[in-house]
Amino acid sequence: MPELESIAVGDALPERTHEPDTVQLFLYNAAIWNPHRIHYDEPYTTEVEGHPGIVVDGPLQGDWLSQLALEWVGDDGELVTFRYSNRQAAYVGERLRARGRVVDVDRDGGLVRLELAIVNERDEPITPGEATVRFRS
Amino acid sequence: MPLLSPDLKAHVGHSLPPVKAEVTRREIRKYAVATGQRLQRFLDGDEAPPMFLFGLFQPIVERERLLADGRQPDSGVVPELPLKRVMAGGTEATFYRGIYPGDVLVSTRRLADLFEKEGSKGPLIFAVVENRVETEAGEPVMTEYVTRIAR
Repeated sequence: MPELESIAVGDALPERTHEPDTVQLFLYNAAIWNPHRIHYDEPYTTEVEGHPGIVVDGPLQGDWLSQLALEWVGDDGELVTFRYSNRQAAYVGERLRARGRVVDVDRDGGLVRLELAIVNERDEPITPGEATVRFRS
Repeated sequence: MPLLSPDLKAHVGHSLPPVKAEVTRREIRKYAVATGQRLQRFLDGDEAPPMFLFGLFQPIVERERLLADGRQPDSGVVPELPLKRVMAGGTEATFYRGIYPGDVLVSTRRLADLFEKEGSKGPLIFAVVENRVETEAGEPVMTEYVTRIAR
């Protein structure tokens, strides 16, 4: 984890790649008790809803953004504010990346503001977000 | 002519009855594995990842009441709108404390705002739902605003 004193605006967070498969979506939707068929019923999803494949949950992508911030601060920090917006669908089989960078540092308050995004293989930010993390003193 | 009638606008401020849920280590661990967490405190279930709250209050309804697409029926906090194509507009949350096994949390959802705008392809209606999560003793845990956009 970084030291607050050494963090600068523009610093990039370590990227993480996610390749969600049907097992992960099964576990996730079971864990959050979400029976929406677009996350596990492929014939329904493609033939009735017209998607090209099984849809990756939007909140799961939101979780990946929060993980990026929380892993970066490690056990010495916490999430204070978090926002995200699912702008474009993602499908099982896609390779997604979570990335982020520092956009503001408040050393007195121990706060760092991060710009975050899930990007797809075409480098399109499909789920942009923002987080404020607090470093515990 | 506005799409939102005074009757619809009158729903702003209305709340659903509070919902209570208990946080267990087992449920935290399931969520941590399912989402690919790597911090040990989450994998061990000593603390829940913040987004764990998204699933904690999902309604558990009888199989017969699920809709044809599998979803649970709408909670009713947003009234039926004159525009029918609904999409997610974003989520904004503030966290006040961690979430731990043994916590008994209470969620209250309220229609915080309902307004319309003219988009490039026609009118849009924005419905903003506030979700306040507190401990049983009233200590704030998280406040979240979720926007739905109807077009």
